[in-house]
This record gives sequence, structure tokens and C-alpha cells, in this order.
Amino acid sequence: MKAMNRRKFMKGSLLGGAAASVVAKSKSAEASASFGGYPEAMGVLVDLTRCVGCRSCEAACNKEQGLPAPAQAFDDMSVLDHERRTSEGAYTVVNRYEIPGQDHPLFRKIQCNHCNEPACLTSCFVNAYTKTPEGAVIYDPTVCVGCRTCMVACPFYIPAYSYSSVLNPVIKKCIFCYDTRLKFGRPPACVEACPREVLTFGKRQDLIKIGHKRIQNYPDVYEDHIYGENEVGGTSWMYLSNAPFDQVGFDTDLGNQPILSYVKEFLTVVPMVLTIWPALFAGFHLLATRKDAKNKEEKTEI
Amino acid sequence: MELIQKYLLSSLMAMLLCFSSYGTNALAGEGPDEVEIDSLAQLYDPVYFDHAMHEEVTESKCSVCHHHTLGTEIENENCMRCHAESGATDEITCQGCHSSKRFDADYLHKIDADNTLYHRDKVGLKAAYHIRCMNCHEEMGVANGCQDCHTRTDAGDKFFHAGSYTPPKSDKPVGGGH
Repeated sequence: MKAMNRRKFMKGSLLGGAAASVVAKSKSAEASASFGGYPEAMGVLVDLTRCVGCRSCEAACNKEQGLPAPAQAFDDMSVLDHERRTSEGAYTVVNRYEIPGQDHPLFRKIQCNHCNEPACLTSCFVNAYTKTPEGAVIYDPTVCVGCRTCMVACPFYIPAYSYSSVLNPVIKKCIFCYDTRLKFGRPPACVEACPREVLTFGKRQDLIKIGHKRIQNYPDVYEDHIYGENEVGGTSWMYLSNAPFDQVGFDTDLGNQPILSYVKEFLTVVPMVLTIWPALFAGFHLLATRKDAKNKEEKTEI
Repeated sequence: MELIQKYLLSSLMAMLLCFSSYGTNALAGEGPDEVEIDSLAQLYDPVYFDHAMHEEVTESKCSVCHHHTLGTEIENENCMRCHAESGATDEITCQGCHSSKRFDADYLHKIDADNTLYHRDKVGLKAAYHIRCMNCHEEMGVANGCQDCHTRTDAGDKFFHAGSYTPPKSDKPVGGGH
């Protein structure tokens, strides 16, 4: 009888274990499934083969966003001698890259790439960021407390900080001209200003098709890759290049997982640690010191 | 009496229109001598494109710029797959095919709705000019800077913070902080 019980028990626990592992598997599959972005999200396909570095996009951005006057004129090409980053006064900048073996330099415009699953949004503890169905990653500066966590989280080093503001420094970055244009179905100011359609505006899904078609039509020209199609879970702004992407300043080691997925499992533990640990360790403490307290009591009694 | 005059006038117009539509099968030398391009008129003065001179430069090979639209010989093999026998089209001007409202919602919807369309990635008018003109100018080694073709207006100077709107020189390092 005893043996039977034991066998039954083993059988049951094995079955239970198998069932548990199946449940766990499906759960982890669910967790790793990518959101993939809003289906109607707009985007911009940047074709580096067309850019001549005229900086019209920078000038247009400056005007549209009401940014402060630049230190140098937008037709002053000497700024291209140094690699620049986005700043509180410039939400987009063009950099020049000399490519070994090519006669011509390449120019790359950078701005917020408007990720499908933005790391800045995930990292923001006051929920200042929003990914809109139109594709823009926008933020509410009135909520921003200026902690700069998003600057650390962004894989593209895009969000800038208004260091010049003494009383209320906040994050500053490209918002895809959401308030003034994208919301109304219009392309951002830089796209409209670009003379050579380096920037193609359209539905993100269509742009991916267009990008692959260009690569297919000119396989000798383009690298067989659209940067941003899959990087960090996909971005609304994507790039085509005729030089290896790492030679044009792109980080090619970011992987295709959204930044969120690297921290999701850790972050789910945080609330548990915060709620259970204090009670648990307070309990341990009380248990450990119970004897002392008892002794003390006894002593006082004597 | 006035009515008869009106009828005469309109029939004359109709006849003219008929002729003009036949006249699109243009030959080299039949094009305009000069084309005024003023789509960027806000920031730049209009550009007067010397069409006659460019006919000479291209040795009257219209397809260098006009693709297949004039029914003249084309060289691009990819285009030939469909357009080898196309003949002249109704539209021969740049803006006839290249939209000046490339990214308007209406235009994007139109492309989206037509799944039989092959030329889905057709650049807009401004890009058609700039890509065609500048790539050729570079190949030929002729002037190719923005202001070699465009004279900037005052509004343009303001837009670029250039000319009389150039910021005063500062000691701040170029590039700035983050």
C-alpha cells in the first residue's frame, strides 16, 4: 500500500512538474513576444546615398521648434569638421563620415529614432513619455523632473538636457513635430525641407517595403540592411546606407531585442523586494533578538 | 451676336486643345528655351533653367532627363522592361509625374489604395529636380552648391541664420555639449 502511494505521488508530481513547465514555457514565450509597433505608425526612411549635408533639415527643425539661434549659420559647413550630438538647442544634427575606399563622404542626420518600444519611456519613473499611435515618442515637460534616466537608457544617446535652465532643467528631444504636424497627418519640418528626399515620410510598414525594393533594385549600391527595421525592437526612423553601417557612426551591436526586455525580468522583482523584504527581515530581526529581549525582561524582573 | 462670338471662340479653343494634345510627341528642339522654377519661392528667388543650353549639353537626348516620356530612346534596362515600346506620354513635364505634394496625406492615401501601382517610390518634384540636376552637375564637374543655382531671399537668410542674420562669433567650442 505504501509503495503504491509513493508511486502515485511520484506520478502526480511528475505530471504536475510537466504541467508547470508547460505553463512556464508559454508564459516566457509571451513575455519575449515583441509588441512590434502600432500598425498605422508613420516613419521616415533616411537614404544616406542621397544626402549632401546641406543642413536644411537642421534649419527647418530650428524654426519649427522655436529653438534658440545657432552658434553658427546653418550654411556654415565648418561645423561638420567635428562629430556633433543632439543638444537642447538642436534636436537634429548632420555629421560627416569619410568612408575608406570611397571618393565621397557620407552624411548622416541624427534625431530621435522614435523606437517601437522606447527605452526612455520604460525608464521614466514619472511616465513623462508617450508612444503615440502615429509613431512619435513624445514627452510631457511639465511632468519631467529632470532625473536624466532616459538619457542613460536611450541606446542612441538622443535625449538632451537643458543644462542652461537654472530653475527647471528638463529633457529636450525631437518629437517628430507631433504637436504641429504629425498629429494632423503632415510630415515633420525636416522632411519637408530636404531638397533631395533623403527623408521619405510614410507608413512605417510601407517604408520597410520601399527600403527593400531600393536594395533589390540597386544591390551594388546599398548595404543589404535597413537599420532600424529590427534594431532594439524596431524604430520609426530607419536608415539605408551605401557603406557598412558601423563606418557611418551606427551602433551595430544593439541587437534586435527592445531594451525593455533586458530589464523586464529584473524589474518585476523590484515591487516584491520592496514589499516582502521589509516584513521578512523585520521578522528575522525580531526572531533573532527575541532571546535578548526575554533575557532583558527576566533581568528587570529580578 | 455676342453669343455667336462666344461659340466661335470656344470651338476655336477646343480645336487648339486637340492640337496641343497631339503636339506632346515632342522632338528635341521643340522644348521651351527656358523654364522658370519657383516652387521654393519663399526661401529662394526663382531659378531660370536654361532648357535650350541643356539640350545642347545632352546632345538632344531627351531621355537623359525625361525618362521615356517623350517616346525617345531610353537606355536604362530596368525601365526598358516595360517602357521600350511605350511611346510618348501625355505628361512630359517634371511636375506631371513628380508630385509637388509628395508627403501630403491625400497623396500617400492614393498610393496606399492602389496596389497595382509599380512606381510607389517616386520622388516628389523638389527631389526630382535636385537629384537629377545635382548628380549630373557632379558628374560633369560643374557648380553644384546650393547658392550656385539659388539666390537666397531675405526670408531664406533668416531661415538659415545666414547673411545679415549670421550669429555673432562666439568663443564657444563648435559642436557644443549634450
